[in-house]
Amino acid sequence: MMEKMIFGRFIPGNSLIHQMDPRAKISFVFVFIAIVFIANSAITYGILLGFTLLVVFLSKIRLYFLINGLKPVFILLIFTFLLHIFFTREGDLLVDIGFIKIYEEGLRQGIFISVRFLVLVFITSILTLTTSPISITDGIEVLLGPFKRVKLPVHELALMMSISLRFIPTLMDETGKILKAQMARGSDIGSGPVKDRIKAVVPLLIPLFVSAFKRAEDLATAMEVRGYRGGEGRTRYRQLNWRLIDSLSLVVLVGLAGILVYFRV
Amino acid sequence: MNSIIMSFENVTFTYMQEDESVKPAVNDLSFSIQDGEWIALVGHNGSGKSTIAKLMNGLLFPQTGKVEAMGKLMSEESLWDIRSQMGMVFQNPDNQFVGATVQDDVAFALENNGVPHEEMVVRVKEALQQVKMADYLDHEPHHLSGGQKQRVAIAGALALRPRLLILDEATSMLDPQGRMEVIETIRELRKATGLTVISITHDLEEAALADRILVMNAGEKQLEGKPDAVFRSGNELTNLGLDLPFSMRMTHLLREVGIELQGEHMTEDELVDELWTFYSKK
Amino acid sequence: MDILLQEVGYSYAKDTPFEKRALTDVSLHIPSGSYTAIIGHTGSGKSTVLQHLNALLKPTEGSVMIGGRKIEAGVKAKNLRDVRRQVGIVFQFPEQQLFDETVLKDIMFGPLNYGVSEEEASRRAHELVEQLGLPPEVLTKSPFDLSGGQMRRVAIAGVLAMEPDVLVLDEPTAGLDPRGRREIMDLFHRLHIEKGLTTVLVTHSMEDAARYADNVAIMHNGRCVVTGEPVEIFSNEEQLRDYRLEPPRTIRLQQKLEDKMGIKLDSISLTEEALAKNIALALSEGRDSE
Repeated sequence: MMEKMIFGRFIPGNSLIHQMDPRAKISFVFVFIAIVFIANSAITYGILLGFTLLVVFLSKIRLYFLINGLKPVFILLIFTFLLHIFFTREGDLLVDIGFIKIYEEGLRQGIFISVRFLVLVFITSILTLTTSPISITDGIEVLLGPFKRVKLPVHELALMMSISLRFIPTLMDETGKILKAQMARGSDIGSGPVKDRIKAVVPLLIPLFVSAFKRAEDLATAMEVRGYRGGEGRTRYRQLNWRLIDSLSLVVLVGLAGILVYFRV
Repeated sequence: MNSIIMSFENVTFTYMQEDESVKPAVNDLSFSIQDGEWIALVGHNGSGKSTIAKLMNGLLFPQTGKVEAMGKLMSEESLWDIRSQMGMVFQNPDNQFVGATVQDDVAFALENNGVPHEEMVVRVKEALQQVKMADYLDHEPHHLSGGQKQRVAIAGALALRPRLLILDEATSMLDPQGRMEVIETIRELRKATGLTVISITHDLEEAALADRILVMNAGEKQLEGKPDAVFRSGNELTNLGLDLPFSMRMTHLLREVGIELQGEHMTEDELVDELWTFYSKK
Repeated sequence: MDILLQEVGYSYAKDTPFEKRALTDVSLHIPSGSYTAIIGHTGSGKSTVLQHLNALLKPTEGSVMIGGRKIEAGVKAKNLRDVRRQVGIVFQFPEQQLFDETVLKDIMFGPLNYGVSEEEASRRAHELVEQLGLPPEVLTKSPFDLSGGQMRRVAIAGVLAMEPDVLVLDEPTAGLDPRGRREIMDLFHRLHIEKGLTTVLVTHSMEDAARYADNVAIMHNGRCVVTGEPVEIFSNEEQLRDYRLEPPRTIRLQQKLEDKMGIKLDSISLTEEALAKNIALALSEGRDSE
């Protein structure tokens, strides 16, 4: 299950979307989130959905993987949909089977909310699927730059984030390894009564903590020996490159907002 | 040039000094390393090697005696300047990889030292070429083998153009192939640049390539000399928990089964030669 | 206890963009009581095979027979505890799995999980600590206060305490100094003989494989390409190099010597001691013939 989850993961590629500047993509997502709330009719939601599918198409991420990887999210989606259907009691009565009553407005709301949810999840997933975590970090660091004035430790936060991201696969591997080692010694998190499962977490967590501390210590030593003394006087190796397409993407977004406002009921 | 790049003078260091039952990890140690030398510091686990490494880069300061590097006394003030002139590669390939990709990691020390961006790009490429990892610029660490990660770590050190490279057990967690890659990289670097190298290791095959070997035991210097001289002391090394290089082990075993070999052989070819002479004399 | 892999295939993260094939059509027989070495360069699939030996991974194709138990692709396998008790695995850097307050408790963890009584588990721990050459005081210490070499032994004791019939070793000596390496390998060999274990050693060290194993399998690109006795496997230098492996040093030296002197030694030398004896024999024969 976990390995099929693609929410928050990065698939390398060189599509148009992959090549965009992370600052543009992050801004794009935030603006898009705001724009979504303009939609309020079948046409506007249809336009949003069409636009989102176009972005998915441009990213060259296969829709199958996207849908397959976001399965857990769909459970939530269906749940919200049902909630709306059963609890909105406006408009004409469409279905009436005993205690189940579905009204037209309920169905409409259910579909709208689901589409809204879907496009948000798709667009944010496309952001993380097409942007390496380190680029996202870079983007955030630059976008948060102005907050340095109010003493927000932006550099340190970004470094922390990039190191955490860098160590996620390492720690995942290690978790898997220790889990297997303890399973081989007869401890099993995956089965048995809840009490046993909770007990089985300890032999997993303690070695993980011990190792994470050891790694942190080693890493601190390595960083210090390599001359790390905080953000002061540091230069940056990674340079961001804002191109025409990045400006264009934001223009397109403004256009989209305009269209939505025009078709809004 | 024959200047001294690193020296220890009667250095003693004890962890938990207040507890008198704790023996010093390094005891009255003196040695000096010339510019351009390759020194191997060997000893079994717990012989004081890793403490020496920490004294060399100023993570620890001696309680008595003094450490000098690049002509300066190691102190809180000179520390950063000294560090900017030496590179260090540690044991665990994963725990020293700071950057998200190969090129980011190589650039890390350059960023810390405020090297301008254009200069960084050149140096990162150059350093990665020196360790033959130039094709891996954008690779992420978890897609690299241990040997590759260590080569990236070496490149990260080289990018700063250091005068001294310290390898602290840099090969001990690698598979044989990774170990060969790293050793080969160091040999080529030495050939191309004459960089001073200190390798701290328990692998005597690796130590055999050095110009000089220092054998540590219980925090003290037990032996010092050229590899063949050190290896000639045979049993003394074995008693310290170290292993002789293969050809020397074979020489000893052959003597045990009654073949009166004369020399101590550092390489297989030398051994084969003497056996051949031995055989043809019959 | 026999272990039989039949046309096993395995892919990590199957049906995702991250799918990675690790094994293809691996058939491998590990006979009861054998000391089998699995060799191959890094990424050849050795550790994936190893995890099939006690059902930590289930094949995505083919089947694995572990003793009487069959684990088949596509079939849900329930209750694997018996299998896992019978097949103990010492992972690479096993000291990472230590977690309990004391060494004693940590060693008892496995047996207690498998329903062994307190007294029996404690008895095994005491016995194993002695067998592994650790001082008895360590039993009451925290495993995290021990030296690296000692931690390794405690972790090994933790696996042995389950009294497995099959012992699977994944690079058990990685990172140890030469003395530690030799001691641990000799210990496993002694246990193999004394307890009549079936031992599977996954290793990069051709020397260890040549010295200890009586059955060798070569993995290459996720396939098990050759199996056989060490003598045949290690004397075929060309084949080893095809699979990016080096012959053991004893055999390389023997070949150099044979080429130089234009003689043939009596047998392929799998250990240094054997090579020394072989050379002595050849030299004395040379003398006799004069």
